[in-house]
Amino acid sequence: MLGSSPSSLTDAADVVALLVLLSEFAMLRSSLSRSQVRLYAFQSLCVSALAGLVAATRHIGELYGLMGLSFVLKVIVVPMIILRLVKEVRVDVTGSHRLGVATMVLLAIVLSVFGIFVVGRLPVHSKSLPILALALAAAVILVSFLLVIVRNDVVSQAIGFFSLENGVSVASLVLAAGLPLIVELAFLFDLLVAVVVFGLLMRVHHGRAGTLSTETLDRLRG
Amino acid sequence: MGPVLVAILVVPLAASLLCLKAPARLAKAATLISGVATFGLALSLVPSHQVATALAGWLRADALSVVFLVAVSFLYAATAVFSIGYLRPGDSPGEARYSRRFFAGLNLFAWAMAMTPVVNGLALLWVAVEVTTVVSALLVAIGDTDGAVEAAWKYVLIASMGLGIALLATVFMYYAGATVLGGSYEIFYPRLLGAASRLPPEIVRLSFGLAVLGYGTKMGLVPVHTWLPDAHSEAPTPVSALLSGALLTVSFYAILRFYQVTAKAVGPAFPRDVLLVFGLGSLVLAALYLASQRDLKRLFAYSSIEHMGILAIGMSFSAPVAIIGVLLHVLAHAAAKATAFFGAGSVIRKFGTKDMNRIQGGVGALPWSGPMLLLAVLALSAMPPFGVFRSEFLIVEGGLSHGSTALAAVLVVFVTCAFLGISWSASSTMLTPTPDSVVRGEVSTWMAASMVIGLGALLVLGVHPPSQLSALLERAAAELGAHR
Repeated sequence: MLGSSPSSLTDAADVVALLVLLSEFAMLRSSLSRSQVRLYAFQSLCVSALAGLVAATRHIGELYGLMGLSFVLKVIVVPMIILRLVKEVRVDVTGSHRLGVATMVLLAIVLSVFGIFVVGRLPVHSKSLPILALALAAAVILVSFLLVIVRNDVVSQAIGFFSLENGVSVASLVLAAGLPLIVELAFLFDLLVAVVVFGLLMRVHHGRAGTLSTETLDRLRG
Repeated sequence: MGPVLVAILVVPLAASLLCLKAPARLAKAATLISGVATFGLALSLVPSHQVATALAGWLRADALSVVFLVAVSFLYAATAVFSIGYLRPGDSPGEARYSRRFFAGLNLFAWAMAMTPVVNGLALLWVAVEVTTVVSALLVAIGDTDGAVEAAWKYVLIASMGLGIALLATVFMYYAGATVLGGSYEIFYPRLLGAASRLPPEIVRLSFGLAVLGYGTKMGLVPVHTWLPDAHSEAPTPVSALLSGALLTVSFYAILRFYQVTAKAVGPAFPRDVLLVFGLGSLVLAALYLASQRDLKRLFAYSSIEHMGILAIGMSFSAPVAIIGVLLHVLAHAAAKATAFFGAGSVIRKFGTKDMNRIQGGVGALPWSGPMLLLAVLALSAMPPFGVFRSEFLIVEGGLSHGSTALAAVLVVFVTCAFLGISWSASSTMLTPTPDSVVRGEVSTWMAASMVIGLGALLVLGVHPPSQLSALLERAAAELGAHR
């Protein structure tokens, strides 16, 4: 990889960033919680690969450590925690879509195009990754919001938040590859704590409501 | 002054760890001692003209930080007093477990909020705010009722999504700094502020917009406020007081840090306009919603949205006196809202419900807390001689003196609307005849004492703020670019 020309590296980065967005689309339409979690693991794998790519091209040793940590955390630990919960609960949520799949995907395409065009015009000059990766990250973030809004079960909503974080990670690889390591570690630690809290609340919710759906959460309004 | 900063972070954390193991009585004592100690430490920073730093620069407290630190630690101490009475002495294993979790969580929550203003740099600031979210979400859910779990889920999801946007804002601001300071730099405030005038303006504007949207979610700005009334009404009352008085204000602090950089980089007009839009929306919507609330704690939650709107509008007035008013409002609102929630806690205990249709004659039933709750409501509505009157007066004065007459008028009109709504609701529950079935008398001396503390602070802030505090507020306003 190190010996290849800059343009092929850029292309590789673009492809990986595109895979991140495509897996976000797949999460949006997937109706099984299990496959959603696996898609999230795949997406995190792509983000880790992107971090490795930046580390190799810009010779930032710290980023390798970060890549390893985010791999362990986001590809293995977080998906395992959620998969275990889904298995325990033994209901694989299906049909929690508030909209039809076609409408949802169309909306997601509109949002992605919006994100890609708006962010693609920003005056950003990154040494680590092409600007297209930032534009794709913006699209991932917008679609993750859609995922949280249109799916009404706790697993989808939690996965939506985690994948939002993946989108921000890609953006930070483009914009802030030199961020001090201690800060990056703090981010990852925070994510871990958030996952534990999400997991805890999902469990409590299931214990009380007997379902992972959020349909019953309609008591508080006004 | 460095060791003081370290102590502020060590004391609540130690108290939290102790509470995990200790019996209820010891946990209460530890929380009270930790709260009072933290407040004392924060006060010791007030007279200092120097910027305190510690841990190789990772901790830093300038005047702006100290203002928020004082607000947070005051509430921590007052809430500790309230909580002693709030948690009934229970012997059953379930109650003992609840009390352990509650006090450990309360101290940890206070720790995270005290950390927010003293960490140095936008990135660590984000980390600290995220910690406050996860800890407080667990505290909201601690009651383990259907409502509490629903509120906690909405809160943690909406606030985390908002903080995701705030993280993006942080990353963009880091990139803006990197264009001037080079690829890898320590992201402390002074370095970024020093380079502010050379930052790329488009990126800074984008970053500020995202920061207001992201941190605004936690601050409760309309339209991203939707978690707030639920979480405030379903959390245990001491947690509601901390959420409203301290958590919302430290989120405002985060926005102010972005404001500081943005105002230097692209001029103050842009950040003011952004804050004005969000502030007006919050004030107007909350003032209208206040009138229709039938849940006592939701009433005060909407009042918090109103006051956050006032803070944002105050920042949009260009006058230095308005900025000083905003910072005083941070302190005064914290004291007033906490006192109101403490009073609500006593009323809810007494009548066994939050539904204002079923609460009658609160003043008769609670000879001390009842009248004090009414005073807190008057204080929240900016009646003299309380601190909120002084701060809102300064904000309006700032608006009038610098040509924002129309906006100042709008502010006064909607604050009056909110006053009508909240005082109508409060007086209809508190000043009606007390039913005979209700036993007269205070629920707990500790709970009433916490209200005395809150009202005392409000009086001090309103009648004659100590000169050192006024000097601190002026220094902090100057740090935000408002020079007299």
